[in-house]
Amino acid sequence: MEATIVPPPKDTNATILLMGLRRSGKSSICKVVFHNMQPLDTLYLESTSKPTNEQFSSLIDLSVMELPGQLNYFEPNYDSERLFSSVGALVYVIDSQDEYLNALTNLSMIIDFAYRVNPKINIEVLIHKVDGLSEDYRMDAQQDIMQRTGDELLDLGLEGVSVSFYLTSIFDHSVYEAFSRIVQRLIPELPSLEHMLDNLVQHSSIDKVFLFDVNSKIYVATDSSPVDIQTYEVCAEFIDITIDLDDLYIENDQNNNKSGVKGADGNKELRSVSHLSSGSTLYLKQMIRGLALVALIRNEGFNDTAADSEKSLTIIEYNVDLFKQALIKMWTPKR
Amino acid sequence: MSQSSRKKLLLMGRSGSGKSSMRSIIFSNYSAFDTRRLGATVDVELSHLRFLGNMSLTLWDCGGQDVFMENYFTNQKDHIFKMVQVLIHVFDVESKSINKDIEIFVKSLTNLQKYSPDAKIFVLLHKMDLVQIDKRQELFTIMMDKLQKISNPYHFKLIGFPTSIWDESLYKAWSQIVCSLIPNINLFNNNIIKFNSILDAEEIILFEKTTFLVISSTTSIKQQQQHKLTNGSQKEESEELDPKRFEKISNIIKTYKQSISKLRTNFNNLIIRGSNGTTFYLDILTENMFIMVVLKKKDEVLDGFPVEQNEESLVLDNIKAARKWFEKIENSK
Repeated sequence: MEATIVPPPKDTNATILLMGLRRSGKSSICKVVFHNMQPLDTLYLESTSKPTNEQFSSLIDLSVMELPGQLNYFEPNYDSERLFSSVGALVYVIDSQDEYLNALTNLSMIIDFAYRVNPKINIEVLIHKVDGLSEDYRMDAQQDIMQRTGDELLDLGLEGVSVSFYLTSIFDHSVYEAFSRIVQRLIPELPSLEHMLDNLVQHSSIDKVFLFDVNSKIYVATDSSPVDIQTYEVCAEFIDITIDLDDLYIENDQNNNKSGVKGADGNKELRSVSHLSSGSTLYLKQMIRGLALVALIRNEGFNDTAADSEKSLTIIEYNVDLFKQALIKMWTPKR
Repeated sequence: MSQSSRKKLLLMGRSGSGKSSMRSIIFSNYSAFDTRRLGATVDVELSHLRFLGNMSLTLWDCGGQDVFMENYFTNQKDHIFKMVQVLIHVFDVESKSINKDIEIFVKSLTNLQKYSPDAKIFVLLHKMDLVQIDKRQELFTIMMDKLQKISNPYHFKLIGFPTSIWDESLYKAWSQIVCSLIPNINLFNNNIIKFNSILDAEEIILFEKTTFLVISSTTSIKQQQQHKLTNGSQKEESEELDPKRFEKISNIIKTYKQSISKLRTNFNNLIIRGSNGTTFYLDILTENMFIMVVLKKKDEVLDGFPVEQNEESLVLDNIKAARKWFEKIENSK
């Protein structure tokens, strides 16, 4: 059994451990969120046999480790202790369309073990595949699972453990939302980031602002106003649209680069603005480390002329630039 | 509205070949995935579409089950085949009974020749996504040769497209079909060229507003002109850019439209400053058209930032100024 030894995670606490029973949908989540796979294509995924490790570098260097579901981690030849001690978050996936009592027993066993090894671990439970459940039944299922988990943990004498629950499905944006929350808990600088975004929002008549990881559409931070899932979706799709359009004309430029017409285009950042007929504006600007800031800017008044909105956009532009500089300042000393 | 601006389009083909799916995607903002929910079309489903303001299309989506088909060719033939501007015949590439498919195609050609001999015929080889990529072109050529041979006795010239609802080929086909119906297309073309001489853009593309089908673009006009002059070896310029980009843009913008409809709104314009000096402007041109201008930064400007800012509003002002010209053309018909 030497072959299945889990690769040692790095020292940083930004490792997410993805666990769950077999066929609960772990690999599908990974593929959809981090590899842009179409949700329907995940039907054809093979069963995962070895632990897989995803490195992905966003604001923090994150690694997601997926463990095969059918293995028993309490066999002595796994170095489970070391594994759990070094991860920041444990994500447990429960298939809500299946009988979940087994999964709950398994979950409480894992929590028991992990918590004793590493009391600082964040425990997150995804109640997955809720797309197949009706609206009322979703709440019931969540209630039931939360209740039972609580009871199990009480029996094991672990009252202090906080477990977060999310209802997710890969067929809508709920899984991104859940992962955004999970990742955010691992960013130590989050409070100051949020504070900066709040500042930006206050001074720029912005409705909502997200700091997105461009590849995965996970938002690493947002301002403190509540997240409306529709705004999130629109903003995430706005990134796609901007990048897709930009890519169409990029081939040409590579030719230019080869012939040496233009060298340094690294300083040109992607920026896109769209005025909506409701008077609001969608605004995107590229930030550092594969991040993009996307904002929904509300309309100020009805007597809003084109010149006015142009002016307020210039101010926002300036503020966003300040925000970007602050970001750079925060992240340069780390490297 | 004059009678001549009302166009009749027949959409025919055997049952299950994907006729209603096409219609729903192009004209009713369905996503390709949504089309699974469509049931069989019963008899003929008429949809009236306004296109470019004063052009009104009546799309006759003819259900393809044999019972209905028999009916079209016997009892209803003068009703169905009279005053047809365009026949769009859809072939399912996966179909088991090709002979039967062709037989029906021939039947409709016979009727068309009798009732509306000036109709344009478009053939769509649909569901191309089910064929392996390297075999698609070959299959398409074989099929088109065969169909052209069959339709020769009827003196119709066929125009064929390989299509699939899962990629942008559907937009390409439909934009050419619909463009063939626009009477004053040359006026549009001339004006875009004129507009481009002012802007010196990389490319200017005109879109219809609701369907986002490409009406005209500077590159395609240039290509046509070159084609007339040299009749060959003109590929060079188009090679650099993605040849399917128009369809992709249509697709992307439609996705965007759907996406922001969640906020219960529509968009007025979209300006993207790309990562490599390209700037995109998408703006309303007239009531029924969108324009997209792609500008390349020509020279490195020293104090780049303020200069570009001005340029952006300059282009928007130019578009605004161009509006009245295009509105004139639109209303002239």
